[in-house]
Amino acid sequence: MRARPRLTGGTGPVLVVLLVLLVALAFAGPAYAEPSGYLALLKRAAPLVVLAVGQYFVIVSGGFDLSVGSLVTAEVVVAARLVDGDDANTWWVIALLLGCGILVGLVNGLITTKLLVPSFIVTLGMLLVLDGAVFLWSGGAPRGALSPSFRVLGRGSAEVPVLGQLPWSVIVLLVVVVAAVWFMRGGTGRLLLALGDNENVVRLAGGGVDRLRLLAFVLSALLASVAAILLAGFAGVSAQVGDGLEFRAITAVVLGGVLLGGGRGSVVAAAAGALSLEALFSLLNLLGVSGALESAVQGVIIIAAVAYAAHGAGLRRMLRRPVLDTV
Amino acid sequence: MAVTHATPGAEHPVAVVRLEGIEKSFFGVPVLRGVDLSLRAGEVHALVGENGAGKSTLLKVLAGVHRPDAGRIVVRDEEVSFAAPRDAQAAGIAIIHQEFTLLEHRTVAENVFLGREPVRRGQVDRRAMETETRRLLDWLGEDGIEPGTEVARLSVARKQVVEIVKALSADATVLAMDEPTAALADNEVELLYGLVRRLRDRGIAILYVSHRMREVFDLSERITVLKDGAFVTCAPTADLDTDQVVRHMVGRPLEALYPERTGVPGAVRIALRGAGNERVRNLTFDVRTGEIVGVAGLQGSGRSAIARAIWGVEPFTTGTVELDGVPTRLTGPRTAVRKGIGYVTEDRKGEGLALRQSVRDNTLLVRRAACRGAEARHKADLARLLGSVAVVARSPHQEVRYLSGGNQQKVVLGKWLAVRPRVLIVDEPTRGVDVGAKQALYRLLRELADDGMAILMISSELPELIGMSDRILVMREGALAGELPAGADEETVMALATGHGAAA
Repeated sequence: MRARPRLTGGTGPVLVVLLVLLVALAFAGPAYAEPSGYLALLKRAAPLVVLAVGQYFVIVSGGFDLSVGSLVTAEVVVAARLVDGDDANTWWVIALLLGCGILVGLVNGLITTKLLVPSFIVTLGMLLVLDGAVFLWSGGAPRGALSPSFRVLGRGSAEVPVLGQLPWSVIVLLVVVVAAVWFMRGGTGRLLLALGDNENVVRLAGGGVDRLRLLAFVLSALLASVAAILLAGFAGVSAQVGDGLEFRAITAVVLGGVLLGGGRGSVVAAAAGALSLEALFSLLNLLGVSGALESAVQGVIIIAAVAYAAHGAGLRRMLRRPVLDTV
Repeated sequence: MAVTHATPGAEHPVAVVRLEGIEKSFFGVPVLRGVDLSLRAGEVHALVGENGAGKSTLLKVLAGVHRPDAGRIVVRDEEVSFAAPRDAQAAGIAIIHQEFTLLEHRTVAENVFLGREPVRRGQVDRRAMETETRRLLDWLGEDGIEPGTEVARLSVARKQVVEIVKALSADATVLAMDEPTAALADNEVELLYGLVRRLRDRGIAILYVSHRMREVFDLSERITVLKDGAFVTCAPTADLDTDQVVRHMVGRPLEALYPERTGVPGAVRIALRGAGNERVRNLTFDVRTGEIVGVAGLQGSGRSAIARAIWGVEPFTTGTVELDGVPTRLTGPRTAVRKGIGYVTEDRKGEGLALRQSVRDNTLLVRRAACRGAEARHKADLARLLGSVAVVARSPHQEVRYLSGGNQQKVVLGKWLAVRPRVLIVDEPTRGVDVGAKQALYRLLRELADDGMAILMISSELPELIGMSDRILVMREGALAGELPAGADEETVMALATGHGAAA
């Protein structure tokens, strides 16, 4: 049996949504007459897509990660202070940030698996802890500055053969998505899905359930660190940079048709969900809708997407059942 | 809320409900093709057919969940049409599903009156609820249940009674029971028999859907057989025998259900020496290569606890286990898998399958979970694996929850065969599986044994255990009560299992 490109269940609708939004953008704004408009959109969306991919790993295995927004803020604030405008500090600070991300993920995962605290609570606690820590450390106004070389990842472009100038963030985005797809097609990725579907089955099959969960949290926090690095370069340093990003990432994942509670959904769909969300905000912006409405729109989307998932399941069952029950 | 039921012993067999020429298709695929069914007051009517024969769809038509495309539903000589389950309930039809619809943390009476609570001076009239519930329980002769007890504290069998009382309190005169014994322990089945008979004697029409021929013949007055969505026959039970019914269901004569015992037992593969834990004690027995050893026993006798102990879910705390003569500590599923032990659990949906994942991902689950190995090689082996267990699915990407019970069980087996275990423990391997698939599973197990696997087969179905096993171990109260050779009869097994009257 040869592997062939195949849409995992539930990926279709979000791709349609994304396509409609992209076409709508072309009509709404002259900037989207050129590919560069879409490239800018992709660049803007990169941090959210990366976060959504991380959040996907946790959600699909049956958890939540609410700590990613504060983690982004914390890392941006820390980065500004440690780099302090000096290019010499760029690389070790980036390494430190990624390391901190892994650490936060480990803590989230270990508390969830060893102390059996629901991930919703653990990561909510982590959100508050990180928030408090940032405030304590920065006094509400971050000090220091990022170096030019640090900001290249978020703003700069690289010369890519054939394609020409490509923003670094888009390259990072592509690498993350491709790696995530590859991972989810492999054995560990499939186990992560099965874990979200039915933990008992994985445990009785001899699978390391705790280790898998830990991995999901670490990946989520690690990708949040990557998003933080991109955002810091792109948006600059502030103590509000990560506000609400956890919910935006969850909205994106749900919009991608990933089942809350785990067990169903593809990583491509989660990424497409994030891109759709960003495209939608751009569209609303172009249409002159107030930015204040963004969170309201996000709220409607998350409810609608979950409701659709609930009803969609019934619909799919009806579509499929008759043919197969016959043995 | 007065309950009026037909008086016992309605002499004239009048159909309370008639389904005539029911047709139903989903998206162009016919699932029911002109099915007739008539239910009489005071009669137990069995509905049988293989999985996919259309039994559940027919039940759903009766319950008002699906509207038939063609055909008539006649309730007490009046043609009706059900737009929703509520209409069917109003017509006195209740379905007792395999999964109960009870709220665990409410009392029996609260569950019985859920959504229909009697109100007195603006308050729920708790006393009226409990009085009425008690009256119905007494009417059924179920005096062991208190209306004020929390449902969570009742046994499965008693929950079933509550479910039935709930239906009766809503004036049901027709009860459709879908595989009512599937969740029951052996001794509870007898209690259910009594209950069904009392319901019948009190004029309730009962539609009894079951795979188990024995129950069908023990209980029913008439049997309706469906095959591939079509009506095959309806005849008085007295005029039929098991073979005929099975033939009608399968549409072909079923040669011997159980394959011949062809294997030659070889070396001892797994040996327990005085093994025990909280649930079982002092177990000493061997399973040899090429051999199927059956484990019989009542529910709670430690039958399944053996499997769970070997599997390391609740490991042995005393005694030793030897694999191929080497003492081995089995501390968890991971160790067990690595030592070459496979375990087909009795709880297929809860522990055996990740239902939303594909046939392929389920089949490869154990390999991925417990073994290192290239993903590409796993995938290359998949077709061979699925072929060897003969799974019928649309594609390897189909989600397993859409498969029939028999095919699901084949996927579970395939999942274990993927790691080539040397010992296979199967617990209730054919639960919820239709006759055709049962036969296929029996063949497969025998072939595996012939290829040198050591198989420990735990089952509550004595015919299957006796038909398949080369030896039968009988468990009683957590200990081995004895060992019987192949072909022992049911009475001997039961005598050992219960400890009463060593008839043999």
